[in-house]
Amino acid sequence: MPFDFIGLANVVCSGLLTGAVYGLLALGLSVIFGVARVVNFAHGEITALAMYAAAILFASLGVDPFVAVAPLAAGFFIFGYLLHGAVIHRFVDRPEHAQFILLLAIAIVITNGLLIAFGPDARAVSLDYLLESVEVGPLLIDRGKLYAAAAALSAAAALFLFFRFTATGTAIRACADNLQGARIVGLDVKHLYALAFGLGAASASVAGCMLAVLAELTPGSGPAYTLLAFVIVIVGGLGSMTGALIGGALIGVAEALAGFYAAPSAKSMFSFALLIVVLLFRPRGLLGGKP
Amino acid sequence: MSGRAALALAGLGALLLLLPAFAGNYLLSVATLFLYFAFAGQAWNIMMGFAGQLSLGHALYLGAGAYAAAGLYFHFGIGPWAGLWLAAALCALLGAALGALAFRYGVAGVYFTLLTIACAEFARIGLDHFSWLGGSGGLFLKIAERGEIDLANLRGPPAMFYYVILLLAAAALALSARLLQSRAGYYWQAIREDEDAARALGIDTFRWKILAVTLSAALTGVAGVFSAFYYGNLFPEQIFGIHRSVEIILGPIIGGIGTLFGPIVGAALLTALAEGASEIVAALGWEAPGVKQMIYGIVLLAVIVFLPHGVWPALARRLRPGK
Amino acid sequence: MNPLLRLDGVKKSFRGLCAVAGVSFEIEAGAIAALIGPNGAGKTTLFNMIAGALAPDAGAVWLDGARIDGLRPDQICARGIGRTFQIVKPFAGLSVLDNVVVGALRRAGSVKEARRFAALILDQVGLGPKRELTATALTLPDRKLLEIARALSTRPKLLLLDEALAGLRPAECDRLIALLREIGRRDGVTILLIEHVMRAVMALARDVIVLHHGEILARGAPERVVKEPAVLECYLGAEIET
Repeated sequence: MPFDFIGLANVVCSGLLTGAVYGLLALGLSVIFGVARVVNFAHGEITALAMYAAAILFASLGVDPFVAVAPLAAGFFIFGYLLHGAVIHRFVDRPEHAQFILLLAIAIVITNGLLIAFGPDARAVSLDYLLESVEVGPLLIDRGKLYAAAAALSAAAALFLFFRFTATGTAIRACADNLQGARIVGLDVKHLYALAFGLGAASASVAGCMLAVLAELTPGSGPAYTLLAFVIVIVGGLGSMTGALIGGALIGVAEALAGFYAAPSAKSMFSFALLIVVLLFRPRGLLGGKP
Repeated sequence: MSGRAALALAGLGALLLLLPAFAGNYLLSVATLFLYFAFAGQAWNIMMGFAGQLSLGHALYLGAGAYAAAGLYFHFGIGPWAGLWLAAALCALLGAALGALAFRYGVAGVYFTLLTIACAEFARIGLDHFSWLGGSGGLFLKIAERGEIDLANLRGPPAMFYYVILLLAAAALALSARLLQSRAGYYWQAIREDEDAARALGIDTFRWKILAVTLSAALTGVAGVFSAFYYGNLFPEQIFGIHRSVEIILGPIIGGIGTLFGPIVGAALLTALAEGASEIVAALGWEAPGVKQMIYGIVLLAVIVFLPHGVWPALARRLRPGK
Repeated sequence: MNPLLRLDGVKKSFRGLCAVAGVSFEIEAGAIAALIGPNGAGKTTLFNMIAGALAPDAGAVWLDGARIDGLRPDQICARGIGRTFQIVKPFAGLSVLDNVVVGALRRAGSVKEARRFAALILDQVGLGPKRELTATALTLPDRKLLEIARALSTRPKLLLLDEALAGLRPAECDRLIALLREIGRRDGVTILLIEHVMRAVMALARDVIVLHHGEILARGAPERVVKEPAVLECYLGAEIET
């Protein structure tokens, strides 16, 4: 039987597209972890919250998730900014584990809040026009995945441009590179950290909006996305934005291949094995600087 | 220990010993759960509170211990009292391996915590596909006959389980107390406070950290064995899940990491709060899955923000006469 | 007579920047020697290599005739070197006594024995009355005393003091100088100190080694060394008219 190249290509392509969304998710965490030095153990939960918000907006007001993405991003940015400024910033001088546990507690509250509000059953957002496939050459691509990836990459690009070319973005990068120096030149570190967290939350929410279209919604998916984001950030390299995106693509493809050729439920085993290996032998990840 | 404190402890001990005489099955099950969390919390506390290594993947040892003993019983008829030793040894090995690899390669802080989570998750998914031990469908141990006490195989009424876990919890408390006053206790606390300074004083921090992890893992494995036989069934999702790991750490964190009584006070508070809240919620008709966990989350949040050292140190200060 | 500490051609570079460029010297047992030099001269790097926190890129370190370079810090402590840190590192959550017990356990056979010895050391340095206080409740001068007491509790042959007098007022300085002199005399502990406080160097050290740009610039009795033109120049950065 001839090897099914087209089938493989389709799977890889599908993985790359989903991977773009994963990459944006990880990018948000990279900004938060790398800049504000917050171990955001609630990252996936913020994503899940956004997924449900998108689903609710769609179910009750008929708002297309691709339209809801902008107001949701803005809302989550504010949420993240306030959360950091009001609560998380207080933990900047405390031992590392205290901050970890704080975010863990927030994650638990969000996950169970969702569980209480929406129940444990899975739900999905189905948009008819997304069910069609797009033909690109010999490949058959899911329209939903294509649009989601496009949206994710746009958001990533916007983030990249912000950090590269705006004064605030540069200031945030300065904080990440050299905190003492940043303070000395008079940067308002507290505000900049909160901004970074807000941006990370906004990225997570955009990813969530897209995932609402691509995947099932369950309250328990929060923790899974948190771990996924950490796997990607660590494998791709902490502090590297390109690393987060490449890592996302890698994991997306790996999961797609594992799902296609092996048992779908075992696909995350690969991610965890990869995380373990990277943590032990190359904690810098593929593209990161010193951890 | 002051006279007042010793008296209080003795009183509590007497109360716990006599509980099954006047408590109904529900109260007994709550007390069993409290003691279980106290025991598992003490085990975790050795690694975190004493040696300062934050593990959020302790469910790995719960599950490994549980499946080891349950598997031996299910497939070979080996009773839990024998299986317990094998389970503890297996968990000790797992902990030592994890610790050795991690510390050898300088995996510390949040990276170490993530490593522990990854290992637990890996085990969870792995066992989901391991049909010899039941896979995701679960492993079921024979249900006990009502009233019949088979201590050798840990089949019997709730009171039997209660006394077993009471014994375990008391033993863990005694062990922790002994350790705190020993060379190990001093060395671990030094490592927790400042590893560089500890090294400069001649402490082989690598060896001692591994010892902490190994001991903690072995004890947690025993908790897993108890859990397997108490509930009579095992599912990878249930016993390896991250919510289990979180459950274990709640008691010590709320009560006070690194202290002797912290995990116990924390476990008591948590159990009381959770059951009390469940009652209120049921009475009000608000019942829904997730309420209990939500309460855990809110309490954890409140404690970590307002009482970062836990409830016990603040309480102990109040109880101390004078000063 | 064999020297207690001997360094031979010790080198260390960090990412191409040379911190220590081939240092050799010997210190006799029972001596009190000072290592001085401007900031960035490589003094702490040298200390770290002796104490095992860093391994030298080249060269060797001998303690009492046995090579110790490349060993772990805890192994070197076992061989008989105690050290303090430039920025003090007390065990914050432990009491003053318990801090020292940790060190005393190195040589003591039991916790009881360690506690007794630790109490003794604390009395010797003058922290006896404060032994039940938490380490964080101490003032800076007392924290420095604690750091020294802790290092002493491991019964070292050689005590490495990294800027132990920095930040102390003159009266506190004098107290510490007297204490160190006493320790050296009574217990026969060899002391090597990194110091910027010249008052201490002149009062304590019989032997001064001047380090500059990772190399030994001068060595000798303190009164003589501080007058050498090369030494003055490295501190002041310009030619001095004598």
